[in-house]
Amino acid sequence: MSLLILDKLSNKAKENLLKAVIHLASLLPICLLYLSAFNDELGADPVEAVIHFTGIGAFNLLLLTLLVTPLAKKLKQGYLMKVRRLLGLYAFTYAFCHVLNFIAFDLQFNFSLLFDEIIKRPYITIGLIAILLLTALAVTSINYLKRKMGRSWQKLHNVIYLIILLVGIHFYWSVKSEIIEPTIYIVISFILLYLRRKKLKF
Amino acid sequence: MLIKIPKSYELRENKVTDEKIYQDRRSLLKKMGYLGAGTLLSSSAQAGVFDLFSKDEAKTFSTKSLTFAQDNNSDEQILTPEDKVTSHNNFYEFGTKKNQPLELSQGFKVDPWQITISGEVDKPFTLSYDELFSQFSLAERIYRLRCVEAWSMVIPWLGFSLAQLLKKAQPNSRAKYVAFETLYDPKQMPGQKSRRLGGGIKYPYVEGLRIDEAMNPLTLMSVGLYGKTLPPQNGAPIRLVVPWKYGFKSIKSIVGIKLVDKMPPTTWNRLAPKEYGFYANVNPQVDHPRWSQASERRITSGGLFARNRIETLPFNGYGEQVADLYKNMNLRKHY
Repeated sequence: MSLLILDKLSNKAKENLLKAVIHLASLLPICLLYLSAFNDELGADPVEAVIHFTGIGAFNLLLLTLLVTPLAKKLKQGYLMKVRRLLGLYAFTYAFCHVLNFIAFDLQFNFSLLFDEIIKRPYITIGLIAILLLTALAVTSINYLKRKMGRSWQKLHNVIYLIILLVGIHFYWSVKSEIIEPTIYIVISFILLYLRRKKLKF
Repeated sequence: MLIKIPKSYELRENKVTDEKIYQDRRSLLKKMGYLGAGTLLSSSAQAGVFDLFSKDEAKTFSTKSLTFAQDNNSDEQILTPEDKVTSHNNFYEFGTKKNQPLELSQGFKVDPWQITISGEVDKPFTLSYDELFSQFSLAERIYRLRCVEAWSMVIPWLGFSLAQLLKKAQPNSRAKYVAFETLYDPKQMPGQKSRRLGGGIKYPYVEGLRIDEAMNPLTLMSVGLYGKTLPPQNGAPIRLVVPWKYGFKSIKSIVGIKLVDKMPPTTWNRLAPKEYGFYANVNPQVDHPRWSQASERRITSGGLFARNRIETLPFNGYGEQVADLYKNMNLRKHY
């Protein structure tokens, strides 16, 4: 029934509807998260909870972003491509919150400890590289820069494939022994990269 | 500092506040009800923000009040609230996420229970569930608990010293180490049945101490906390508490204590020997390969903005009582 209604919508309307869903589904959880955390209502250690939630959230959104192109091709629904940037920007937002949570709430602005951790802990070093690259993609995602950069824009934005691998390793190295969840994420990443094997010349 | 231990029937003030905020959240959930949230939120595997919604549906394990001598010696320290002590646990037998032990352990059967003290002793014996609370007089010990993951709590344990228990068995001269073992019961402990829940560690969980560490008066066999018997997520009905070592040494739900002549295997050391040593003394000088041990976050009350990062002390602040045990040892090598 509901699908029938969707069929009658124009592509522009579908795009807007999808964007509204993405905004809601990305913003609502993170607002609830911080509301609970500020009120000390997020389990015994709200710091760990917000770090994990935003980290996993960023990874989920990155994978969704990478799913858009193969999905749009398979379903022949071009309008799907229009939400790719939005998903990517929310992935960046979650990742940015993840880093901010670590610095502000976990390390509590102890910058000497932060630099120590960046140098000594490979999973943090890799995470830092990933967020820096992701920041570059987020900043250059605006239309003005996209036009201005021409062909080098696509080259730069192909870095997303490297980022997804870095993020997978970051997750895998950060756990004590429970490697099943990060392994599943890495496998999904590889599947999404495999779908682009021609572009990547595997 | 006066530490008031309320009777179990006294309603705690923090509980009241929790309830209020909790009720608000329920109404918020109702408002967004049609998002199909119900199905998403009811899964116990959903970690983090959504767990709070489903808490009241689980039945809770019932603990009972204990009679004990209060701890009057403890220094000034703010206790970690009881609801945090019992909802933030590393007990992989009931899941690797901190909130899972509370959620997945409430049906755990502790009575009947048997704990056997055997090995290099003259008089091996077994204690039944009731004897855990009747054989020795119970005392309160307020200890800092420092997790290897760099967070810490302050917990009012109830129990008796391990030395009392061991002396009853009369260890012989070959007893150089003490080996501990957790219950192995995959039917009751989902983490032992499922690799995904149990984090891929080998069960049963085993731990060990050198005999002089075991005989140190600080080393506690705990049967309760906050005036009551232990809830399952904290290691009911009996667990070890070694306050100068990282938390993973303090093995939970113990069924076997064996005195042995050689250093026994220990679970985390077996899994990752470069990360976890046999001794595992709290040491701010020696980092874990993946995180610094120089400081820690003390979990008390307060939300995200609690400025709770504090310096970590050698031997978790119990150096006066235990540093002598290691006086000729290189603690960088024997981490």
